[in-house]
Amino acid sequence: MEFGPYLMLATLEGAVTAAVLALTAVGLSLVFGVMRVVNVAHGEFFMLGAVLAWWAAGLVGGHPALGFGLAILVVPILVGLIAVAADVTILKRIDYDPERTIVATIGILYIIQQLTLMTYGPEARPVEAPFNTRLALPWFEFADGRPQIYWPWGLSTTSYKLGVIGAAAAVLVGVWALMTHTRIGLLMRATQLDREMALAFGIPVERVYALVFGLGAGLAALAAVLIVPIQQAHYLMGGDPLLLSFIVVIIGGLGSLPGTVVAAILIGVSDGIISVFFSPTLAKILATLLVALVLVFRPQGLFGARRA
Amino acid sequence: MSNTKKTLVLHLGLLVVLFALQFVLPAYHHGNLARIMVLAAYAVGYNILFGYTGLLSLGHALFFAAGMYGMGLMINQFGAAPFPALIAGLLAGALVSLALGFLALRTEGVAFMIVTLMFAQAGYLTVLYFGTYTRGDEGFVIQQAERVLWCIDLSDPTNRYFAAFLIFGVSLLLTLRLVQTPFGRVLIAIRENEERARMLGYDVFAHKLAAVVLSGTISAMAGAGYGLLFGYVGASFASVQYSIFPLLWVLLGGAGTVLGPFVGTLFMFYLIDLSSGLTSAYMLIAGVVLVLLTLFAPQGLVGELRNRLWKELP
Repeated sequence: MEFGPYLMLATLEGAVTAAVLALTAVGLSLVFGVMRVVNVAHGEFFMLGAVLAWWAAGLVGGHPALGFGLAILVVPILVGLIAVAADVTILKRIDYDPERTIVATIGILYIIQQLTLMTYGPEARPVEAPFNTRLALPWFEFADGRPQIYWPWGLSTTSYKLGVIGAAAAVLVGVWALMTHTRIGLLMRATQLDREMALAFGIPVERVYALVFGLGAGLAALAAVLIVPIQQAHYLMGGDPLLLSFIVVIIGGLGSLPGTVVAAILIGVSDGIISVFFSPTLAKILATLLVALVLVFRPQGLFGARRA
Repeated sequence: MSNTKKTLVLHLGLLVVLFALQFVLPAYHHGNLARIMVLAAYAVGYNILFGYTGLLSLGHALFFAAGMYGMGLMINQFGAAPFPALIAGLLAGALVSLALGFLALRTEGVAFMIVTLMFAQAGYLTVLYFGTYTRGDEGFVIQQAERVLWCIDLSDPTNRYFAAFLIFGVSLLLTLRLVQTPFGRVLIAIRENEERARMLGYDVFAHKLAAVVLSGTISAMAGAGYGLLFGYVGASFASVQYSIFPLLWVLLGGAGTVLGPFVGTLFMFYLIDLSSGLTSAYMLIAGVVLVLLTLFAPQGLVGELRNRLWKELP
């Protein structure tokens, strides 16, 4: 393949990564924005989503779309409920102290991960995609001074991958609408702006916190359900999404949802392109160093406005 | 007996007991205790930054690994003798912690935790990236012949126990002394109220940087010692898990106490050792203990002891 089609393929793969990453990172960003805590266990909620999707898809026979449909409806809610339980039993009791929350969520991370290892086991297991047609993609070539369409061998994607991108975009629009156009979104934003004042105005801040924590985990689980037909479910799969979400949330400006989405697209697509042309380990090293340096020198994020 | 004398007797007493134990312990626990003492030295190093200066780092594996690889690569790649290799490990730890402190101390609170985590992750990936030299996840073994320090074979259990005892003893006495010096007092002042320490005219940044370097160098000493005594250097020692362990040990034992790191390491080591008979998912225990500690005993075991029985315990 020539360079052009190759780049297009890499960009498409990157767009799938970006779509899933945007969902996961928006979940993390929401929790950080409203609750001012860093959820280190976020990657494990992603992993739980994938593992439970495998379990849910196994419950129903027949067409793979049935099992997948059940997974996408039930799993994010299940994971969200687990997160709410963790919030009420642990985070609430330590009063959302930022540093103690990090330590506690590290503990939750190991508990979820190891319980999954004990029950689900160390194997990687696939979930069948609900639809999976191969779509060949055209490319342009100049012959005799005129552009001509041709179909290079190997330049193709699947309908499912395009479906993932579409579904992620739809959910993101949904989250945006929830935050800006509903009463519960208003309560969340009020809590984010000033917790004490929100409490004084009778907003049930603790319930808002539990809801946000559950919503954040649910978004991560939804992202995992979407990706699991492409990438198998495994008990250690939470590490990479956690790291990448951190990167995205920090680059996009802590707690800023539009910044998070822009950064997810940027990081996801460039990650796809970079890992095609360079060693993935080197790409990860550079990305982590970049994030650390952004936090040191531009703590408001690359896109965030300086706080007054 | 005055308070200073009482604390001195307590801490020297612990060292005497540890020294004497090597003659009575059965071989299995003898080997375990040697391991625990080296790891406790790592926890002691961590405690200087977390317990006394109030800076929670999630990236101490970077220093532990810097010491371990600084030592291991000198032996493996350049055929150095153990002593210069140990010095190289210490220097590597000091340099890495100086650089990290310089950058990370520009941030505070949660940002400091994430920055240290990110730098340590970059360090771990770097170890994997240079797999030709470091052998990545697989790691490399330091042969018995390369572990002879001044005619003392460190792979022999008795010598190994004594070397581990020395590493732990040095770090313990160093912290005990540190908390009595004006420098250590300023660190505690920074932990309690950074603004006030600044107002009183102390150079807060310089003190914090010194604490990072001291803490990093002790961690590197433990890392280099661990590699040399047990003859194995691998990438897992640079992973996030090894940044979490010292935090866990120090929290369990009691942050900001001299004895806490040892108590926490001892307790956790045997907890995992005993539970590994029941399940292979031993990190589950670590997770549960972390959550329970943050919920019910943020002071740790020795911290609770200090609150209830002995107010002046350092």
